[in-house]
Amino acid sequence: MTDVSMRDLSHEERAKQERELREVWQTPSGWRYWTSVNNTEIGLWYGATAFIFMLFAGVLALLVRVQLAVPENGFLSAEVFNQAFTLHGTVMMFLFAVPVFEAVAIFLLPSMLGARELPFPRLAAFGFWSFALGGVFVCGSIFFGAAPNTGWFMYPPLATDKAYSGVGADIWLLGLSFIEVASIAAAVELIAGIMKCRAPGMRINMMPLFAWYLLIVAGMILFAFPPLIAGDILFEMERMFGWPFFDAERGGDPLLWQHLFWIFGHPEVYIVFLPAIAIMAMIVPTFAQRPIIGYSWIVLAAVGTGFLSFGLWVHHMFATGLPQISLAFFSAASEAVAIPTGVQIFVFIATLLAGRVIFSVPMLFGAGGLAIFVVGGLTGVMVALVPFDWQAHDTYFVVAHLHYVLIGGMLFPVTAGIYYYYPLINARRLSERLGKIAFWLMFAGFNVAFFPMHLAGLRGMPRRVFTYPADVGWEWFNLISTLGAFIFAAGVAVVVIDVVRPKHRQPPLEVNPWQAGTLEWISEPEETWGVRSIPIIKSRYPIWDQPGLLDDIKAGRYYLPDVQDGARETLVTSVLDARPEQCLRVGGTSIMTMVAAFSLGGVFIALTFHWWMLTLVCATLTFAAITAWLWTGTAQIPRSEVRDIGLGKSLPLYRSGPQSVGWWGMFITMAGDGTAYGSLMFGYFFYWTIHDDFTAGHAGPGMLWPLLAASLFLLAWLAMLLARRVNGSDRRWLMRAMLIFSAFLTAAGCGAGLAGPHLNAMDPTVHVYPAIVWVVAIWTAVHGALAIVMQAYCLARSLAGRMSARHDMDLQNVVLYWHFLVITAVTSFGVLGLFPAVR
Amino acid sequence: MRLIPKEIESLWTLFTAPTIWAVHFLVCYVLVAVYCEKAAAAGFTFAQMRLVLVLITLLALAGIALSAWLAWRQWGFGSGDPPHDAPTQEDRLLFQGFATLLLSGLSFVSVVFVAVPLFFIETCQP
Repeated sequence: MTDVSMRDLSHEERAKQERELREVWQTPSGWRYWTSVNNTEIGLWYGATAFIFMLFAGVLALLVRVQLAVPENGFLSAEVFNQAFTLHGTVMMFLFAVPVFEAVAIFLLPSMLGARELPFPRLAAFGFWSFALGGVFVCGSIFFGAAPNTGWFMYPPLATDKAYSGVGADIWLLGLSFIEVASIAAAVELIAGIMKCRAPGMRINMMPLFAWYLLIVAGMILFAFPPLIAGDILFEMERMFGWPFFDAERGGDPLLWQHLFWIFGHPEVYIVFLPAIAIMAMIVPTFAQRPIIGYSWIVLAAVGTGFLSFGLWVHHMFATGLPQISLAFFSAASEAVAIPTGVQIFVFIATLLAGRVIFSVPMLFGAGGLAIFVVGGLTGVMVALVPFDWQAHDTYFVVAHLHYVLIGGMLFPVTAGIYYYYPLINARRLSERLGKIAFWLMFAGFNVAFFPMHLAGLRGMPRRVFTYPADVGWEWFNLISTLGAFIFAAGVAVVVIDVVRPKHRQPPLEVNPWQAGTLEWISEPEETWGVRSIPIIKSRYPIWDQPGLLDDIKAGRYYLPDVQDGARETLVTSVLDARPEQCLRVGGTSIMTMVAAFSLGGVFIALTFHWWMLTLVCATLTFAAITAWLWTGTAQIPRSEVRDIGLGKSLPLYRSGPQSVGWWGMFITMAGDGTAYGSLMFGYFFYWTIHDDFTAGHAGPGMLWPLLAASLFLLAWLAMLLARRVNGSDRRWLMRAMLIFSAFLTAAGCGAGLAGPHLNAMDPTVHVYPAIVWVVAIWTAVHGALAIVMQAYCLARSLAGRMSARHDMDLQNVVLYWHFLVITAVTSFGVLGLFPAVR
Repeated sequence: MRLIPKEIESLWTLFTAPTIWAVHFLVCYVLVAVYCEKAAAAGFTFAQMRLVLVLITLLALAGIALSAWLAWRQWGFGSGDPPHDAPTQEDRLLFQGFATLLLSGLSFVSVVFVAVPLFFIETCQP
């Protein structure tokens, strides 16, 4: 980045810019406040909602502890106990641990990267509303005695037994699928934001470590959540229509669910842990008053953990009778992941040793959390060993281990983050005194509650029992655990009181009260524009190393100090060196995201209770809302092609293809979609491995129809490539004709794909083979149908004059979708048609 | 055509070594899982499969070593020390080289870890 000369604005000019910026970025008032899509509001709502869910799940844990305090207790019935511990685990993992990191990321990232907004603010709002609605639905079920009751991992055949699990299992499956949609939305937003929206000059060697961690975590979400979504689909098909994916009598296998669940479930632990450690990576340098030692080592740790965490899932399945050599591979990988995990802790210790440490509440929570986490990590090394695990499996030892990992590795650092970042919310600090009281209550209470569980577990106390006899030597451990749990809860209550107590008598602090070095501290809580002007970054700790930065930003001396066309704008920069590439106009306040989220929620809720008509109505409404949202808010053709962003630089306002964030959004989404599809195909081959003849003598879809379908999809894809080509040379009628032609081919392909199983009278309820064939065919056909919608959308855009040879973002993105679709279709129908013949 | 590729301007090179680890891990897991289910129908023995997996492991280690060498070269063969935090393209490249080198090391060790059972376990279910 070459130095540029900065110009001082006149007082009037500055005032005018500030007035216009305020107006454009204004948060609506009244009930419309809730239609805001600004990252500070969404982040705050997201975080607050996640915390409310956490407190709710905490109360459930206390009920569980009261029940277990003494032997033969009758405080809760077995049924309520089952619902309470299932919901406790489910809510803590899905409604607190993951969403709270999304909340922190959405709140902090834009200002940390020096951006005004992340590229898809409306998507973030959509994700929030999906999460909030799904969460209320799942939590509320316990008040009707209808909560899931089979453990947070929902193992079949217990969870597929409708007589036992009732509607609770459906609530879990559909409610959480809905929330997983929100997580994937967040992943898209974060990856695109971190890669493309950093301030000019913020090369990848200068990115805040928080951003590095979040980038890895978002990538992990893309590969971890989709297998669970695929599993949910199979599970719900079994529960709703009797397709026997997990029913051993009809060729299914409950172990497939365990595989799919834990391929999600183990990376999930790191998805939860890494962002919390990311917060520590921001806090430690501030209080050590020096840059982090071993920046590259942290990157190693984040990336290494991200990869290795996908090779651990079977260590949750050591007791299922898999070949021991398979178990050994996973045991080895589980030990290997200790290396990058340890590296991070040593980096923090080194930084603290080299700096002059200021002790404060955030440091207290951080250090205490890491101490707890290390204990959990060490018991993790123990249970990663197969022989030990066989002894400890399904005992309270594992309960102790997982709470040490999650509370030490996640809850404590997040609480540290609350104390650290609270001044960004309303310019006031939380109480030092209350913070210390809260910390010691939580730290002591935690260890009193969970340490005895190791011992109870080693004495053989199994998990998930609602009571136990008096004479087996578990009484004292349980009573102590219960006491500890209440001390811990008292600590959490102190934090809650500290956060919600009125603070208007406290004088507001100056900006950056901790004297931190990173960019998130430039944001002014009372302004909604994010950054006044987008700075040029030359250091990892710009506030420490770039004198006058704060004043220059505030005086509007950097990029984009003004408003044009009343649009919300931020900069798009290149991935490696953060060179400015585009001035991006992002979506503003809109109710469409809320309508889309609520109607999609309606679809999932109506499905739970088999209200088919309502499902259809809600699905139509969702479709309409999303279409309206896309039509009015994306790929807008700007009034002028370029925009003067200040400092003598002009950037294009419209870019398409790989240069546009929309293309990245599509690519990232489809990577997740492809993973879900891969998981379904894994299921297909899984059934092949476990049976001598996986068709069990049932008719297959034949060769003719599947191969015809594959060919039609291939032709449709070629037609799309041609459409893009002729559009490039502005032959728009030919392009429109190609779109229509391709849509017909796609429809024919979908028909042919479904004709195979249909004409061969494959009945998905008799055996798992026809069921898995149907699922793969339907998955592909649904994607085909979606492709037709996109083709129609492009056609409509072209006819409405909203798409042209120069402005072809819609078409570019749809062609990208088609690249993924053609791989899906050729694989699906190739395998369905040919594999039974060649195996 | 050159034997060793030129320096590539990409973020993706960072992930080469861990990706090799992941592929190696999957190949080991899938081959063993399928063999142990289908041993009766398989045309080869456990010992032969083990040998194949050892060869694949050596291949993976060679791949990681190559990635490490490329990273070491990008890092200037250790000519400069971290932190590589200057706002220049050169420091960015050095940082990438160093981080890639570190990741290659971790991946190398992890591949060795995963390969250890191949030396100690001689059947599916001992």
